[in-house]
Amino acid sequence: MEKPKLGVFKFASCDGCQLSLLDAEDQLLAVAGAVDIVHFPEASSRIESGPYDIALIEGSITTPHDAERIQQIRRDSKFLMTIGACATAGGIQALRNGADTDEFMRAVYATPEYIQVLNKSTPIAEHVKVDFELRGCPINQYQLIEVIQSLLAGRNPRTPKHSVCLDCKRRGTVCVTVAQGTACLGPVTQSGCEAICPSYNRGCYGCYGPAPQPNLVSLSTHSLKEGTSPAEMAHSLQNFNVHAPAFHNESQRLTDQIEEQN
Amino acid sequence: MGNRTIKVETLTRVEGEGGLYIRLSGDAVTEVRLEIYEPPRLFEALLRGRPLEDTPDITARICGICPVAYQMSSVHALEAALGVTVSPEIRRLRRLLYCGEWIESHGLHMHLLHAPDFLGFDSGLEMAKQFPDEVNRGLRLKKHGNQLVDMLGGRAIHPVNVCVGGFYRFPKRKELQKLIPDFEWGLEAAVETTRWIARFEFPDFKTDCEYIALSHPDEYPMNEGVMKTSSGDLVDVSNYESEFEERQVPHSTALHAIRKSTGRPYLLGPLARVNLNREKLSPTAQKIADEIGLESLCRNPHKAIIARGLELIHAFEEALMILRDEPPKGKSRESYEYQAGTGMSATEAPRGTLFHRYVVDKNGKIIEACIIPPTSQNQAQIEADLKRWIKHVISDNEQETARKCENLVRAYDPCISCSTHFLKVKIERT
Repeated sequence: MEKPKLGVFKFASCDGCQLSLLDAEDQLLAVAGAVDIVHFPEASSRIESGPYDIALIEGSITTPHDAERIQQIRRDSKFLMTIGACATAGGIQALRNGADTDEFMRAVYATPEYIQVLNKSTPIAEHVKVDFELRGCPINQYQLIEVIQSLLAGRNPRTPKHSVCLDCKRRGTVCVTVAQGTACLGPVTQSGCEAICPSYNRGCYGCYGPAPQPNLVSLSTHSLKEGTSPAEMAHSLQNFNVHAPAFHNESQRLTDQIEEQN
Repeated sequence: MGNRTIKVETLTRVEGEGGLYIRLSGDAVTEVRLEIYEPPRLFEALLRGRPLEDTPDITARICGICPVAYQMSSVHALEAALGVTVSPEIRRLRRLLYCGEWIESHGLHMHLLHAPDFLGFDSGLEMAKQFPDEVNRGLRLKKHGNQLVDMLGGRAIHPVNVCVGGFYRFPKRKELQKLIPDFEWGLEAAVETTRWIARFEFPDFKTDCEYIALSHPDEYPMNEGVMKTSSGDLVDVSNYESEFEERQVPHSTALHAIRKSTGRPYLLGPLARVNLNREKLSPTAQKIADEIGLESLCRNPHKAIIARGLELIHAFEEALMILRDEPPKGKSRESYEYQAGTGMSATEAPRGTLFHRYVVDKNGKIIEACIIPPTSQNQAQIEADLKRWIKHVISDNEQETARKCENLVRAYDPCISCSTHFLKVKIERT
C-alpha cells in the first residue's frame, strides 16, 4: 500500500508548531517512515505538488497572496488540519484586527507601500473548510503525534476539551487563584498544555484558547473582585487567541465598560 | 552568453519563508536579492500600550526556534528601564536556559538542516537512512537541549517561567540533578559530532566581512557584554542604534542593516562569536577547536557549522557546571517599582546578537518597542557574500547553480520568521 502523502504549510506564524514535529525526537523517524513527507520546506528540500492526503497548516491569513494560496492547498488536500493558535484563531498578530493596520505598518516600516497586508489576521477556518483543529501556542507535540497516528490508523482524531483547571487537580497543583489570589484563565481555557503555568507559580494565560462553553463573565467578575482591574482583565484575554469569539467578546465587553466609565 | 536569472522560489531547511533571486549578464552578477516574503506580524506596533510584564510572553512568539533569546533580550532591556539588577543566582539560571536553547537550535540546524548539504541529501530524515547513528545522536543532543528548556522554562517552545525580574519559580534540586547523566553523555556526544562535522569537505571560499558579536571579560557572551568587531572596535550596546542602521528594501519584509561608520554590512552569529571570543569557550570546546585546526579568524561561511559544534560543546559543558552547582536559593524574582524610562539590551541569540529597546511609562505600559533580530542584520552581508560565491559555482546547469547558492544561504542559518520585518533562489540572465 502506498504511504499517505503529508504536506506541512506555513502562513503568518513563528514556525514553533511545525517545529513541534521536529521536536518529537523519539517519534520523528518512525513518523517519517509511516508517511511520505512530500512538502515540508522547513525540514526538506524535496517539494512536490499535491494532492496531499494530510495537510498540516500553521499560521494565519494576513496577506492577499496567502488568502489565495490556502484555497489551492484546500483543493489539493483530502484531510486539512490546522495546528496552533495562529491557524485556529488568528494568533497574536490578530491584535491588529481592531486597530488601524496602516498605522501599525507605518510604525514598523519606513515604506509600508512595498508590502501588501490585509487589515485583519484571520484563522484558516474563515477561508476554507477545516477537518480538524489542534489548539495551542504552541501545540502539544504528543497531541500532534497522537492525531497523526489516529489518522494513519483510520480513526477519527480526538483531543480532550475540558478546561486547564481539571489538569491542575490531576497534577496535584495547588490552585494559584484560591491560595494566592493570582489571576488565572485556567477555568475558561482548553486543556492541552498539561497545566504548566500554575505549576510554575503563575496564572494560566490562555495559550490553548477558550474551552467549550466558558463562563467568561463569571471569571471576570471574580477577578475584578480580587483586585484585577478591568483593563488588566481585558489585556489578559487579548493575546494569542484574541480573535477567538469567547475571548474577543469578553475583552470587548470589558473595554466598552472602561470607556463608559471614562 | 546572454542575460539570465536564476531563481530559488522557496528556500528550504530554513525557518520561515523566503526565496533567492539572482540576475546575470553573461557571467557577471548584476543583482542578488534575498527575498523575504514571510508576512509581517508587526510586533513592535502591537506591544504598544501593553503592560510591560506581557513582553517576554509576546516577543517569544516572534520565533518558535529561539523564543528564549527574545525573552532574554526583552527582560534585560525592561530591567534596564526599571533600574533592576538581578541576583547572581538569576543571572546563572538565565545562562543555563540560554545553553538549552543554543543546544536545541544548533542541534537542529547542524543535523537536520545543514549537514544534508555536505552529504548530498534532501533532508536530515533522508540522511538518517544512510547515517542512522549520526542523525540519532543529533536528535538526542537536540532533545536534551529541549529537556533543559522544558525543565527550567516549563516547556521547550515558548517557555512560561521567564519574567521581568527573574523567574516565576526556581528549579528544585532534583529537577536540576535529573539532567546531569544526559548532559554528561551530551558533552561527549557533542565532541564526537563536532569531530565528524570537521571532516566534511568544505568549499574553498572566503569573505572579507566584518564580524561582530558581544564580548565579555569573564565569560563566553550570552546575556551581556559590549559589541566587539573583527576590525578591533568596541561599541557599547547603548550606542546600538547610532552605530547600526536598518534600511527597508523593496524586495523584503525584513529590514537590511549596515554599520553606519563603514557604510558596509556585517555578520553576526556563531562564526562571529567564535572568531571574536575563542579564548572564552569552555576548556573542551577550546581543545577541540585546536585539535581540528580551526583558523584563529575563520572567514569561510560554510564552516559556521563547525562554530555551531564548538558552541554545542560549550553549552553542554557550561550547563553541566551549573547543573552540578548548589541549587539556587533566595527569591526567584526581583521586585521593582514602575518608573518612566528607556531600556536597551543585546543578548546572543543562537543566530547572533538580538537587540531590544523599550520606552515605558510611569504606569508600567510599553510606549515604544524596537526589536532588531540577527537575521535581518545579516541579510545584506549574505547578499554580498552570494555575489562573490556565484562566481565560484556558476555553470550552465541552472538547477545546480541554484542549489549551491541555496547551500550558502543555509550556512548562515537564517531565521526568516524572526527577521520579518526573509527566502526562494531565482537566477535571471538578461
